[in-house]
Amino acid sequence: MPSVLPDGEPVPEDGALPPQALAGAAARPLGFYLHVPYCATRCGYCDFNTYTASELRGSGGALASRDNYADVLVDEIRLARKVLGDDPRHAATVFVGGGTPTLLPAADLVRMLGAIRDEFGLAADAEITTEANPESVDPAYLAELRAGGFTRMSFGMQSARQHVLRVLDRTHTPGRPEACVAEARAAGFEHVNLDLIYGTPGESDDDWRASLDAAIGAGPDHVSAYALIVEEGTQLARRIRRGEVPMTDDDEHADRYLIADERLSAAGFRWYEVSNWATAEAGRCRHNELYWTGADWWGAGPGAHSHVGGVRWWNVKHPGAYAQALAESRSPGAGREVLVAEDRRVERILLELRLSAGCPLDLLTEAGAKAAVRAVGEGLLEPAAHEAGRAVLTLRGRLLADAVVRDLTD
Amino acid sequence: MPATPSSVPEPSRTDPALIRNFCIIAHIDHGKSTLADRMLQLTGVVDARQMRAQYLDRMDIERERGITIKSQAVRLPWQPTDGSGGTHILNMIDTPGHVDFTYEVSRSLAACEGTVLLVDAAQGIEAQTLANLYLAMENDLTIVPVLNKIDLPAAQPEKFSEELANLIGCDPDDVLRVSAKTGVGVDALLDRVVRDVPAPVGVADAPARAMIFDSVYDSYRGVVTYVRVVDGQLTKRERIRMMSTGATHELLEIGTNSPEMLPADGLGVGEVGYLITGVKDVRQSKVGDTITTQSAGATDALGGYKDPKPMVFSGLYPLDGSDYPELREALDKLQLNDAALVYEPETSAALGFGFRVGFLGLLHLDVIRERLEREFGLDLIATAPNVVYRVLMEDGAEHVVTNPSEFPEGKISEVYEPVVRATVLAPTEFIGAIMELCQNRRGSLLGMDYLSEDRVEIRYTLPLAEIVFDFFDNLKSKTRGYASLDYEPTGEQSADLVKVDILLHGDKVDAFSAITHKEKAYAYGVRLVAKLRELIPRQNFEVPIQAAIGARVIARETVRAIRKDVLAKCYGGDISRKRKLLEKQKEGKKRMKMVGSVEVPQEAFIAVLSTDSDGDSKAKK
Repeated sequence: MPSVLPDGEPVPEDGALPPQALAGAAARPLGFYLHVPYCATRCGYCDFNTYTASELRGSGGALASRDNYADVLVDEIRLARKVLGDDPRHAATVFVGGGTPTLLPAADLVRMLGAIRDEFGLAADAEITTEANPESVDPAYLAELRAGGFTRMSFGMQSARQHVLRVLDRTHTPGRPEACVAEARAAGFEHVNLDLIYGTPGESDDDWRASLDAAIGAGPDHVSAYALIVEEGTQLARRIRRGEVPMTDDDEHADRYLIADERLSAAGFRWYEVSNWATAEAGRCRHNELYWTGADWWGAGPGAHSHVGGVRWWNVKHPGAYAQALAESRSPGAGREVLVAEDRRVERILLELRLSAGCPLDLLTEAGAKAAVRAVGEGLLEPAAHEAGRAVLTLRGRLLADAVVRDLTD
Repeated sequence: MPATPSSVPEPSRTDPALIRNFCIIAHIDHGKSTLADRMLQLTGVVDARQMRAQYLDRMDIERERGITIKSQAVRLPWQPTDGSGGTHILNMIDTPGHVDFTYEVSRSLAACEGTVLLVDAAQGIEAQTLANLYLAMENDLTIVPVLNKIDLPAAQPEKFSEELANLIGCDPDDVLRVSAKTGVGVDALLDRVVRDVPAPVGVADAPARAMIFDSVYDSYRGVVTYVRVVDGQLTKRERIRMMSTGATHELLEIGTNSPEMLPADGLGVGEVGYLITGVKDVRQSKVGDTITTQSAGATDALGGYKDPKPMVFSGLYPLDGSDYPELREALDKLQLNDAALVYEPETSAALGFGFRVGFLGLLHLDVIRERLEREFGLDLIATAPNVVYRVLMEDGAEHVVTNPSEFPEGKISEVYEPVVRATVLAPTEFIGAIMELCQNRRGSLLGMDYLSEDRVEIRYTLPLAEIVFDFFDNLKSKTRGYASLDYEPTGEQSADLVKVDILLHGDKVDAFSAITHKEKAYAYGVRLVAKLRELIPRQNFEVPIQAAIGARVIARETVRAIRKDVLAKCYGGDISRKRKLLEKQKEGKKRMKMVGSVEVPQEAFIAVLSTDSDGDSKAKK
């Protein structure tokens, strides 16, 4: 979650949604994102909404600490129940992210999940994921999560190379993430993801191949691989500006991406989103698919974004201010936007085009359709899919996805 | 205290013997406007309360740049301080101070019998002043030499009195010393004008003949025409005739300026004033034309009239194509006040719809462009200025080329380019640097004269094309700002000229085509191609950039294809930001110009077109 909130209109005190947001809701899946804004240390590249202080207070004295955080978050889930009224939907997915969720006791994560179960109910096949840092879990912790209803673990591996992890300020030792996968499997988790980062200053193509091989060798059913984005205002951006570490350029990123797709494909993974690969359809992250298909989700926690029926809102960033709002029975929403039809059309193109399923050509205007024909000619879209009425990126097209989106949304 | 004269002769009833018509020739910054201010105060036409600095300079640009573009005339009553001869009428005719407006200057001079030659006592005479001085001497004007700024610590009145005396053939002691700033010596100067400048001579009972020396558009009053009556009399409510066109107009108002417009019954022999006819366009009231009465008018016009001829052309395009109608309207409005401004619509594949605009010279171009941007709020791309070429084909056909992209293909027998006679004044230590510069610009030395021990006048014949772009900037930097330049067109010469085209991904970009000397074509091509490689963003495909003469490629660079343009992460909290970023990028894309299939940012055009030939970007004022 990027740390800068968008501009928007105010959210009503009670968090009420415009009536059209819930029209036809029953036909759409509903997911929950739970944000845990704490980390033991801040990593040099990170600009997410997270804090290393364990206690933060709001202006009225309300406390958000690691100790009571689960209770504060449960308050928001109860608020969600009120706002969604008699919405009959069960939660199809829950995803706990951060920050470092596993900095909280497993029981707290289970308690937060319990609140969703109590207020909304969980679908029979619900996907329940938490992110975890490899150094912050052990077999007992994993077992407790599994017993509490979690079905999927996502570990921040980033790299198998010590010198790369050091630039990223990651504290785990190489080998630990692979061990985590085995521990998670042993605890009964069917689905395990490893997150990788490529293009870290100082990383070579061979370093990257080694990371991919290590990740594949650990046996997860899902791998995410992200190009490192050096965000303004981060420690890493300052180090690059001072010339302490070299900047990786886009051409190197492109090379690494091609290496990733080649290695992962050879190991039986298939891409289903630009930065995500899974061994089988069942291994895909269904929660993330909600984001990419315009479904509904409630994001709870400081700075979390939600989307219900074309209304998107986001919470205040500071955990103290967030706790303060809930303590006063106010919505912690900082702003929202009500998407008009054209916004939703553009969002569908920009999100669905990133998927291996692509987006239907009938979403495009006449100019967009012409651009799609050109993109096929330039080798950016798959000709066969285009023939069948869908815009699906080729391998080269994936690397130029934003450019294709610009043309297709004309 | 202003010596307000008691009995001031009125317009139309002023004895020519009491009239003195004079102008002031001075270099920029030598204090002409300040001197004019002092004269307005001293003669009492503007009192201290109303006084503001540079009273007569109307346009913001004039005041800011310290130049006068449009001239004016002010009627100043003056009783000489020795009490002799009663109250005289001094008509001070302000002249434009720049080489681009030489024709206007010559008409202003033709309206006078004398001129004040005003020179900075710390700097000495400059090239443009010298050129105007020669012009005044050709017109047989009486010269009143004056050194200004004698209050400055750096003033060297002895040295520069000597210089002026040598130039005009007078005694150094005859050079007046004033400080326009403090007012010292200004009364003596006015006395000297009365004493030395001859009174106008004309035939009072002949058919009226008046010469237009300026013509200004005023949005409230229409065109205000400034005239000097040579023979006869013009009276209000009369019909007048423009002798160059035969057009007749009702004389709605006639009067003098002191300095605001003051209606009068008429204007007699030797008098200077304004008239208003209700015409809306200065081209109907042209500088240099002769005005006579419709009935019993004169048959012979006064000499010296010329149609203004543009020397330098540039394409002006709105940055935002939808501003095209506004640009047209703005040019129409400026043309009301500028008979020398010519333009016609032009289409560029790269820049869209715009105008090819002709100017008298570089300053004229700069001023017009600045006014379009400032007064009309337009964002413009101006293509590199070029001159007019005459191209003779082997089959005998002739083409006049005002836009490099229209340079004819096929078998060319000769290409003619305009040349100028350039005069450079500078301290002697810079002779080498100046000659090197002129030599590099295909100049040929005409001669050299020492004005004084350490100042020299160097004369060159130069192709106009070589000086329209950055010559003056270069000259200034090579001489640490000491050199001054003047030039006048002297005709044309045949030269070995070629057109260099720039191709992007195989498509010719008309805006970058240039006509250069064959020996310089390669350097131009290499420089432009390198510059463009830096400015053109990477596209989805490889883009070759080539410079070519005809089909022969003389330089090539390549913009490599972009390989990655995708944000790796796009989750729930990223979507709004991502959509807004997309909207912003699409806005940016709209500002791209499509050249064939290549997206070229506007900035690339601006950067390339506003760059001088050495590859450094030119500092814009």
